[in-house]
Amino acid sequence: MKPAPFVLHKPGTIAEAVAHLAQIGDDCLVLAGGQSLVPMMALRVAYPSDLVDINGIEALRGISVEGDKLVIGATVRHARFYDPVEPGPLGKLLSGVVSHIAHHPIRERGTFCGSLAHADPASEWCLVAVTLGAKLKLVSQNGERLVAADDFIDGAMSTTREPDELLMEARLPLLGGSARAGFYEFNRRAGDFAIGMALAAYDEVDGVMRNVRIGLGGIEDRAARNAAAEAVLEGKAPAEALFADAGRAAAGSVDPMEDATTSADYRRDLSSVCVERALAAAASATK
Amino acid sequence: MERHPLNLTINGTPYAVETEFRKTLADTIREDCGLTGTHVGCEHGVCGACTVIVDGKAVRSCLMFGHQAEGMEIETVEGLEQDGVLHVLQEAFMDHHALQCGYCTPGFLMLAKGVVERGEDLPEEELRHLLSSNLCRCTGYQNIIAAVRAAIVAFREKAAGGVEQTA
Repeated sequence: MKPAPFVLHKPGTIAEAVAHLAQIGDDCLVLAGGQSLVPMMALRVAYPSDLVDINGIEALRGISVEGDKLVIGATVRHARFYDPVEPGPLGKLLSGVVSHIAHHPIRERGTFCGSLAHADPASEWCLVAVTLGAKLKLVSQNGERLVAADDFIDGAMSTTREPDELLMEARLPLLGGSARAGFYEFNRRAGDFAIGMALAAYDEVDGVMRNVRIGLGGIEDRAARNAAAEAVLEGKAPAEALFADAGRAAAGSVDPMEDATTSADYRRDLSSVCVERALAAAASATK
Repeated sequence: MERHPLNLTINGTPYAVETEFRKTLADTIREDCGLTGTHVGCEHGVCGACTVIVDGKAVRSCLMFGHQAEGMEIETVEGLEQDGVLHVLQEAFMDHHALQCGYCTPGFLMLAKGVVERGEDLPEEELRHLLSSNLCRCTGYQNIIAAVRAAIVAFREKAAGGVEQTA
């Protein structure tokens, strides 16, 4: 249970970090919070030749609202979200979601962007980013590019990040004043990986739901919006029976993962429950 | 294996050691700094036995490399006792029989130190949620919860008493 030898680089700037990534190539990994990477190294699932530790880069530590976006730097830790990071519905939503991520000491180190780069299918932040339409800023020596979270996450533990790129920030759209959002996660013990979870968000306009976004995580091999459930809800008045219909629509359209302890059928059924409860949480959320 | 110079500050004491980059903070504290109070359990972040405080935050020391902690203030269980006086949390663990084999105890103490020293009356659910971070395989959780609860009160009373004395 000891990581294989590697060379540690501790750049002080983004330019130095991407220079290391460009020079070393595929065998080089970025070390942010390390709360997934270090266990993988201890288990020898990962054995990079080099690690670029970005914790010393001041420019990556910030979190701020820019226009209608919440901009989250690469080393912003989960624990930063305990208290709402902004006064609107998004800050409140994230503050609720964070309590589901691992345990407190993990949240003190692990990062929002690191979770996206790791792309675990059961990652709460991947679900948030995909469902709310986050854009991710990647930087390399060749410049910067913005990628939609949905295009960034490529599958289980797989992203479209190039080996020479650093995920430097996530840009999460703020939720407007008429927005309602709710989250529900199911697992067997506090701190465990989600077996299934859902995020529901919509704008309540003249008594009906608009701009409905339903996302599921932990069910399929990646967090994804569920178009079938969204179609059931769009333009309708929020109601319990309708939420149940949306849940059934989601269950009917997912392609669930299967593992040693949880069958695909179980996850299919669970997806319905998660969607329904996330919607109920959204409907009861105080504005 | 190539070793690299590393300067750590643990419980206010400087340590100059030479370690490989791959050595975790937990192993560095134990093997190179000789502070074996920090225990190593699962070595992949699940059990919490190796919990220490780094720059005021409780973290798993098996999920950080020693070289990442350079320049930071590290607190381990050895730093809880001051001038021969046990920390209220240590007293409370004794009073409430919150340890059996004791292997998980240093981790629980460092996990709970923050909440105790904030003197915060956490709702029962939240306290349990926090303490669920660490594993006790003797399964003595009820007594651990009771001890931390008592330590929160004791710390607050001690702090209040201290204020009176200096006033």
